[in-house]
Amino acid sequence: MTNKVLSIIEQREGSIKKVSYEAVSVGVSLAKELNLEFEAVVIGSEIEGLSNFGNYGAAKITHLKNTELHNFSSSAYSDLIGNYAKESNASVIILGNTSFGNELAPRIAVKLNSACIVDCVSLTVESGEIIATRPVYAGKALIKSKLNSDIKIFTIRPNVFKAEKISDQNSEIKVEEITNPNLKAKVVAYKKAEGKLDVAEANIIVAGGRGMKGPEHFNLIESLANVLGAAIGASRAVVDAGWRPHSEQVGQTGKTVSPSLYIACGISGAIQHLAGMSSSKYIVAINKDKDAPIFSIADYGIAGDVFDILPALTEEIKKIKS
Amino acid sequence: MKIAVCISHVPDTATRIKIGSDRKSIDSTGVTYILNPYDEFAIEEALKTKDKLGSDTVVYAISVGGEANKETIRKALAMGVDEGVLLKDDSKRDSFGIAHALSEEIKSLGCEIVFFGKQSVDFDNSITGQLTAEYLGFNCIPVVVDFKLDGNKVIAEREIEGGREVVETEIPVVITAQKGLNEPRYASLKGIMAAKKKSITEKPAAAYSQLTETLEMNLPPSKQPGRILGTDSSAVPELVKLLREEAKVI
Repeated sequence: MTNKVLSIIEQREGSIKKVSYEAVSVGVSLAKELNLEFEAVVIGSEIEGLSNFGNYGAAKITHLKNTELHNFSSSAYSDLIGNYAKESNASVIILGNTSFGNELAPRIAVKLNSACIVDCVSLTVESGEIIATRPVYAGKALIKSKLNSDIKIFTIRPNVFKAEKISDQNSEIKVEEITNPNLKAKVVAYKKAEGKLDVAEANIIVAGGRGMKGPEHFNLIESLANVLGAAIGASRAVVDAGWRPHSEQVGQTGKTVSPSLYIACGISGAIQHLAGMSSSKYIVAINKDKDAPIFSIADYGIAGDVFDILPALTEEIKKIKS
Repeated sequence: MKIAVCISHVPDTATRIKIGSDRKSIDSTGVTYILNPYDEFAIEEALKTKDKLGSDTVVYAISVGGEANKETIRKALAMGVDEGVLLKDDSKRDSFGIAHALSEEIKSLGCEIVFFGKQSVDFDNSITGQLTAEYLGFNCIPVVVDFKLDGNKVIAEREIEGGREVVETEIPVVITAQKGLNEPRYASLKGIMAAKKKSITEKPAAAYSQLTETLEMNLPPSKQPGRILGTDSSAVPELVKLLREEAKVI
């Protein structure tokens, strides 16, 4: 008898990842529609702010705890979630589609003899079945599918689903001490990129392309990103030219992103780039070529020189923020 | 030591996607297929690993799909892979079905290190490597940008949001390759000629009954072009006003 929706909360270094609130909200609303129980699960050692999930409808959180689980271990985490799902009769499992969720979901699926659909941008219930929509071909097409397994596992794309505060209750946290976790593969060090926000998680992205004319001019992009609290993105051309690191590349051989606001600076808009960012809620294009393909998907455009417009834009935003 | 590289045959990234008449897959008429870009990094790392381990190491390139996948396997052979294996299946398998077929073949070949590209640029699931590892009971490190093998010990750096993780494990292992892991070599003329002589083993892909069901495929809703607000910085105040009051995103 399977009867429960589990949302998995992701932590790194003891802090909760933002997508976890979205995963909890999705889990809570699916449980309601399917008339199932809901529970959230987290793995780690000391974790800050867990009880806040009560506001998002997670009345109960199970914390699988061991000091050795402070760092991520794919072997231990996938075993623990798999076992917990079995014990608690889970029928639906929701994770964020981050490096964490994308690694764990397929492994848990095999352990549970089930299947998963990753990177979902919509999950709806139709005649009692969960229908998932996800982008394929880097967003050039959307596919609707469902799972015919007993246990259904989905990962959700960050920033797409809304995290909704629906209660003023705190979560009740049940700690389960874990002994001898399976640490066959474990993280021994974490190298944080200094002060950098990742494009895959950012709500606003300022991206630069060839029109920036050289790596030395990306300080204009950085200043604008700073005042907006945005992440920096890059086109494939400037990554291949070595101006920017690959971790910033947006597009078909980089990251596919869906921020609220995407500001494309000096990017003409090759099909591979457009595929990776066209699902952004609002797109601003700044490019001196008024016929550049980027303008065909931009909500607002300025067909002018980035070197004139970017400093002015940074100043104007500083003004309204102060 | 035996090493496997699992490769896929995908539409060129410049392809404009049209939906096929079944409304569940793309119309492949006129589409150029290529070796999945991330698989080039996987092949390069397999060949580099062979160079380190010595010439008695054998590198296999394995692909699941139809006759056309042979072209992609040939490309791997031309880069220097020793043997090609095509696991034939003309149906549209999901990642689980592909991983299941690959794992059966890897088991029978006795490979201890398996490389994948971190994702295929068609369905973008990024899960086939992890699935294969799980079916085989191997360790797994996805999205790797640095790989070191020291005896049985594996130390790899993987890219995650906002940084990198250093992961330690042991072989047997599945590694999925991210851009930045290495600089893939070009196939030399000699390599291309040699590849023509190498035979590709063909066998049916192991049977699998899949649990995912595709309902439909659609193009994303088309976006109406927006407004060009001006041609220089005098348009900036209006832009900021629109972002604030109309879009409400800043």
